Amino acid sequence: MKPVSANFLLNGVLAVAVAGLFCASLMWGETSLPFMDALGDMAAGRHTANAIILGELRLPRSLLAIMVGGTLGLSGAALQGYLRNPLADPGVLGVSGGAALGAVLVFYTGLMQLSIVALPLGGLVGALAAAAILMGLVGQGGTLVLLLAGAALSSFTAALTALALNLVPSPYASFEIMHWLMGSLTDRTFTHVWISLPGVIVGIALMFSAARALDALTLGEDVAESLGFRLRGPWGIQTRIVLGAALAVGSCVAVSGAIGFVGLVVPHLLRSLTGHQPSRLLLPSLLGGSCLLVLADMVVRVVAVGPELQLGVLTALVGAPIFFARVIMLKRNAS
Amino acid sequence: MILLQAERTSFRRGERRVVDAASLTLRAGRVMGLIGPNGAGKSTFLRMLAGLLRPESGHIRLAGRDISEITAHQRARQLAFIPQEGQKPPPMPLRALVALGRLPHGQTGERAASHPAVHDALTATGLLDLRDRPASHLSGGERARMNLARALATATPVILADEPIAALDPAHALSMMHLLRVLAAQGKGIIVVLHDLVLAARFCDELVLMDNGAVVRHGPPAEVLRDDLMRSVYGVKVRRIENAVIPWSLDR
Repeated sequence: MKPVSANFLLNGVLAVAVAGLFCASLMWGETSLPFMDALGDMAAGRHTANAIILGELRLPRSLLAIMVGGTLGLSGAALQGYLRNPLADPGVLGVSGGAALGAVLVFYTGLMQLSIVALPLGGLVGALAAAAILMGLVGQGGTLVLLLAGAALSSFTAALTALALNLVPSPYASFEIMHWLMGSLTDRTFTHVWISLPGVIVGIALMFSAARALDALTLGEDVAESLGFRLRGPWGIQTRIVLGAALAVGSCVAVSGAIGFVGLVVPHLLRSLTGHQPSRLLLPSLLGGSCLLVLADMVVRVVAVGPELQLGVLTALVGAPIFFARVIMLKRNAS
Repeated sequence: MILLQAERTSFRRGERRVVDAASLTLRAGRVMGLIGPNGAGKSTFLRMLAGLLRPESGHIRLAGRDISEITAHQRARQLAFIPQEGQKPPPMPLRALVALGRLPHGQTGERAASHPAVHDALTATGLLDLRDRPASHLSGGERARMNLARALATATPVILADEPIAALDPAHALSMMHLLRVLAAQGKGIIVVLHDLVLAARFCDELVLMDNGAVVRHGPPAEVLRDDLMRSVYGVKVRRIENAVIPWSLDR
């Protein structure tokens, strides 16, 4: 029947778009390279310059764009569904702030001189610590407690990040930190992919496991519970959504830095195409987030304006006008 | 057949006993009205009966088993709960929202929406023609029927409804009560919280009168809506009018 096939079609189109953009992202970059030759070298295990650019720079970067974009889109959709608030985005949990603080502390203490993995690991530790504090604070509390705990965590981590920036010994380090905070996928390697992958997989699985309950929640918490869903408690819906989003987003921010607006805008753009059913919005938001971020990352690489444009800056530049457009449309529809 | 039973159940909020040793027995084929002034504990008692609140003391038995010993899914297949009309529904098509009633049976999406129980629920509530309309565009009366249709789609023996006619005009309230009678005639057991004592008198087989958390009287309407009880609980006078369409008149 109609809604299912429409949803199937939407997911199909988005999946093809992700695959297409992924291939384009591998072929496209500052250096033009003979793609088929590079692919042949890579497959044969020859360490030519082309094979290295393709296999060790563009491939992990494109994979990360898919993972990070998909995670942000899915987390936004899951949180908006759970909180029944279209303005929720992954940032409301405060876990991104924790990841940023962890990474900034690695900069601040100079630990990043030790190894390339120090920075993403610091981010991951920060994200996990923030997620643990969040889950402990919320406990059996409801959505209001969750929002307040997230807000408190965000402000506190932002304050500590600002403190680190304030006290940082050299202006060069403070420039590095500012740059990292803007979010980017430049020079990421497979190490970064492996660091973020476990959290992303577990987080995505947790969020999808709560999909049916999100539909029931559209009629309120009492109805959802009377339909047989446990909202609170160790395996309750709240734990699955919040822990899932916290793990996945934290793991991503740890490697990419903060990338805004994807989690907010992507579910907004796709919601009306999915019949406003929260469970049907999850997969399209994941695929749509991937598309948007791979595309944005390609634009960042190609638009060479002196210093490379940071990815987080671009998504905010594109995302905010989409929101302006939505506001204008909303007013027009209301009048 | 006894479907649902509460034995001396209590619930406390802070220092206040919201429900105080309340008992009732719901049998198949009966419409039971839960009445009492605001703050009497009706909604809390109903949420406890629905398994949404755990009683601090006492027992609730659903189909003979203690409600705390069965899983949430088993409970959802036995008992449907319709809360007080609160938030505006989402702009999902009405049929998709009614189909959520199939979730306790593990059915979702199109499989749920095309289930005969969903079709029957839409037909029984007169919503079949509106099935593709976004639920956010429904009127108050249509929304109340949608909530009942969602409960019917689960096909449970027990339905608990918290003030389902509170927002309805007299015609819609009457048709909703008629519908509950029809469902009881099909063998369901229904508990409905009501403020309209006239409709309670006319459509309920038995009434449970609550005051200050306790069940003051449980019995047929004529026995519960007595002048002395009404005066002490509500502070209103009740006058019986013989041979009238509505056999009761209320006065301060």
